[in-house]
Amino acid sequence: MTSDETTAAFGAEHVAGYNFAYLDEQTKRMIRRAILKAIAIPGYQVPFGSREMPLPYGWGTGGIQVTASVIGPDDVLKVIDQGADDTTNAVSIRAFFAKTTGVATTERTAEATLIQTRHRIPETPLREGQVLIYQVPIPEPLRWLEPRESETRKMHALAEYGVMQVSLYEDIARYGRIAKAYNYPVRVHARYITSPSPIPKFDNPKMDRNPAIQLFGAGRERRIYAIPPYTAVESLDFDDYPFTVEQWPESCALCGATDSFLDEIVTNDKGGRMFICSDTDYCAGRRAENGEETAA
Amino acid sequence: MYVAVKGGERAIENAHRLLAEERRGDPAVPELTLAQIDQQLAHAVDRVMTEGSLYDRELAALAVKQARGDLIEAIFLLRAYRTTLPRFGASEPVDTGEMVVRRRISATFKDIPGGQVLGPTFDYTHRLLDFTLAAEGAPVAAAEEAEQSVAAMPRVTDILGRDGLFEAETAEDDAPVGDVTRDPLEFPADRDLRLQVLARGDEGFLLALGYSTQRGYGNNHPFAGEIRLGEVDVEFVPEELGFPVELGEVTVTECQMVNQFKGSATMPPQFTRGYGLTFGHCERKAMSMALVDRALRARELGEEAAAPAQDEEFVLAHADNVQATGFVEHLKLPHYVDFQAELVMVRAMRDAAEQDNSRKVAAE
Repeated sequence: MTSDETTAAFGAEHVAGYNFAYLDEQTKRMIRRAILKAIAIPGYQVPFGSREMPLPYGWGTGGIQVTASVIGPDDVLKVIDQGADDTTNAVSIRAFFAKTTGVATTERTAEATLIQTRHRIPETPLREGQVLIYQVPIPEPLRWLEPRESETRKMHALAEYGVMQVSLYEDIARYGRIAKAYNYPVRVHARYITSPSPIPKFDNPKMDRNPAIQLFGAGRERRIYAIPPYTAVESLDFDDYPFTVEQWPESCALCGATDSFLDEIVTNDKGGRMFICSDTDYCAGRRAENGEETAA
Repeated sequence: MYVAVKGGERAIENAHRLLAEERRGDPAVPELTLAQIDQQLAHAVDRVMTEGSLYDRELAALAVKQARGDLIEAIFLLRAYRTTLPRFGASEPVDTGEMVVRRRISATFKDIPGGQVLGPTFDYTHRLLDFTLAAEGAPVAAAEEAEQSVAAMPRVTDILGRDGLFEAETAEDDAPVGDVTRDPLEFPADRDLRLQVLARGDEGFLLALGYSTQRGYGNNHPFAGEIRLGEVDVEFVPEELGFPVELGEVTVTECQMVNQFKGSATMPPQFTRGYGLTFGHCERKAMSMALVDRALRARELGEEAAAPAQDEEFVLAHADNVQATGFVEHLKLPHYVDFQAELVMVRAMRDAAEQDNSRKVAAE
């Protein structure tokens, strides 16, 4: 089951002086209870006793705590940032878990049991049994409409979401469209309005009825929420202004994909541009399939 | 073929090595010892212990050294260590009335039982650079030791309290004290949690907020009732024994602000309290904390609460410098994907606007 990219590290030693996956077992139990509650109430933000981590707030402490609480010795972990396995923060978090758990890590979406992510959902469809863990900076989708936590909690309790609809309507009145490109609000299981974290709205449809468990951890804001498998996730819109996703006039310059989120690469200072897949594993996989026909 | 920029492991490793090299600096210059930092940069150690919520001078000195003097980074290091420590219980409340006092001043009474004790302070020094320090000056002459007063030094607030002029403060219930490092904060927050957040809060942030209350943004007419610095015993009751045993002593700074209060339907006119407490000698922090604590009691005391320093959610949510620095600095992380999504949208909106314009021009 392990490819070359999957380090064969089952049962490997983890760093001395710390518990498996850094957190102590009591803390993990507390976080697991919060996760169970979150799964039982899809889209509801569960407060939890977020710990101080050796990585900075805003750099994935929520996702790291969720991962640390659900990871076991047999898991295979993938960590991405901006869709890529090789961005610095993804490298750093993967190294953190390799060091504190000794579990196997992978870059292949299909081989991972746990995927911690920042800002993307992998292009390769997820399957049952996989867990996607999002790093969340601001879990409250209503925060920019109402700064007070005591107010927003009430608004969620009463499902009083008029302000959100009004803000979307104002976008349409002003710009002719809903002017949200990422962190595009969703309604989970026809009840809670929820932040998908700052993924591009391109990824929103992947959340809907996804067979994987989707867990969201916000460390600084001390909230965990979840979307259980096969749960309806609807991006907010209006009948006459339906939700749409980004489209590119080009395909990926490396693998030719037309169905993936493309990053724009500035190739020179004369306006040169090219577009490549943000999901490095998806892109590499397609190129391997096509026999890596290009060189130069 | 284009090869995407890799942020790879080697780059990180090298950056860390470079950092270690820069931290050490010129190897010809002797390396700092933890004892030197503890002794000669004592206020840095005090601040790191206070905002790091861990009383350990040696570890705090190590954090200051490792952080190259960046105190927020040092606080972060100490917090990340503290969070892994097991909790075996809570100590008995320390009794600052029993403090072995090294400094104690009151701005409300000229003389008080036990007297005013200036102790080690920058107050009344002339801020002239002392060039003898640069030349590694000769040993300083020892200060004259006053006769150690054996008389206890009752807190000024207790003296006022005897006449009923000062509000009595007793815990509302016997519930165990909360712990903001273990439980999520809910609003409105109880005073114990509020004081914890303030004690851990950033000195600069609290200083600015406290200052704002003195400039009309939520004035609460403060007097420095008492500031005291010294050592207090920490006691703990092990379950097996059932009586308190002394674990050791810690140095603390306590500030009790005395604030005018005109009275309400349920309370007679009297003085109310703002409270500040820090590890080590952190007077500026203790005073700022006391000002902000009092400002945050506005609602409880039925005062108008319109100023930023009186807004509990605003103050408590933004006081923690480890949280704040993490989130501000996370903007250094890549945001390619979100920015790309914005680019696509802005381009589409510009296209739409252009078409609109050309249509208008054509119509004219």
